[in-house]
Amino acid sequence: MAQFTLPANSVVKPGKTFKCITGSKNIKKVTVYRYEPETGENPRTDTYEVDMDDCGPMILDILIKIKNEIDPTLSFRRSCREGICGSCSMNINGSNTLACTKAVDDYKGDLKIYPLPHMPVVKDLVADLTNFYAQYASVKPWMQSDSPPPPDRERLQSKEDREKLEGLEECILCACCSTSCPSYWWNSDRYLGPATLLQAYRWIADSRDEATGERLDELEDPFKLYRCHTIMNCTNTCPKGLNPAKAIAEIKKLIVERRN
Amino acid sequence: MSLRTPLSEAKGLGSAKEGAGHWWLQRLTAIALIPLVIWLAFAVAMLGDASYETVLAWLETPYVAVLLILLVAATFYHTQLGLQVIVEDYVHGWLKIVTLILINFLCIVFAVAGIVALLKIFL
Repeated sequence: MAQFTLPANSVVKPGKTFKCITGSKNIKKVTVYRYEPETGENPRTDTYEVDMDDCGPMILDILIKIKNEIDPTLSFRRSCREGICGSCSMNINGSNTLACTKAVDDYKGDLKIYPLPHMPVVKDLVADLTNFYAQYASVKPWMQSDSPPPPDRERLQSKEDREKLEGLEECILCACCSTSCPSYWWNSDRYLGPATLLQAYRWIADSRDEATGERLDELEDPFKLYRCHTIMNCTNTCPKGLNPAKAIAEIKKLIVERRN
Repeated sequence: MSLRTPLSEAKGLGSAKEGAGHWWLQRLTAIALIPLVIWLAFAVAMLGDASYETVLAWLETPYVAVLLILLVAATFYHTQLGLQVIVEDYVHGWLKIVTLILINFLCIVFAVAGIVALLKIFL
């Protein structure tokens, strides 16, 4: 049955406040979710006052500044700082996005930073994405083809067919969409979620792939695919501007098409 | 701590290879209900404060009986399909099975009761 209250050990309590000591007028108050599994304590929210006169323009710059100069115990994932690795996905002021491509100026007032919603937390802003990656692997996200590639060149594709992959192949698997989806929150053990379904459609739509039928067979399931109720949180939140909801609708259309 | 691999957990029991029929019928019944419900709303409004006998006579009109029986059937079929989705979303374990069985039975009972009532007036 759906759970309406947080378990006692998940209730978030207020934590420490780190005052700014530089005396700057340009201060940003940043509240960050903190959780340390070793201590056995409940999660808490620490508040940092960040001097924006001495900080880069992006949310990720704030987090790096906090870790370098204020509180080295803060944990978060980041790598490329340009929206291509998908590591720094987190929930900023209520919506999932990449900290590295989101400008501080996009938000008025204080900032609230939480890990991706409804995922197990490893520490602080680091969510456990094991199941998410396993679901991605389960749709066999690689070229499946019985015909061997031509011996003298790569597999060719018309320009029109290549265009069908636009808006699909740009996905960086940051998990912003899947973890914004209520259906994924309640049924992530069986529902594949928007990111994995968009990736599944990326191979269904690929003219060079010869396993379209098998891929549709695998997806046609009340839970794997049809937990999508077109809520559209995925499309609203995607930091790359992609449309997972449309990809899922295309899969549903193809499954109806082949039976009618 | 489970010793199963994450991929084994993710694959679970595999694909049921169905669900498309449910999805398609939910949309078909929704489309069918649009004209039926609009027609019913207008028809009832036109009846206004008509007498009991007038309404009975209206219900005995063949096309009215046909449309009303279709409306009852589509409504409860759509209800059953929709409630099933909600239960599958929010209820888990044995309670889900029990709730789904109850919903199926109740929708069939209501649909048959409605159709029998209409037929009793019509025949």
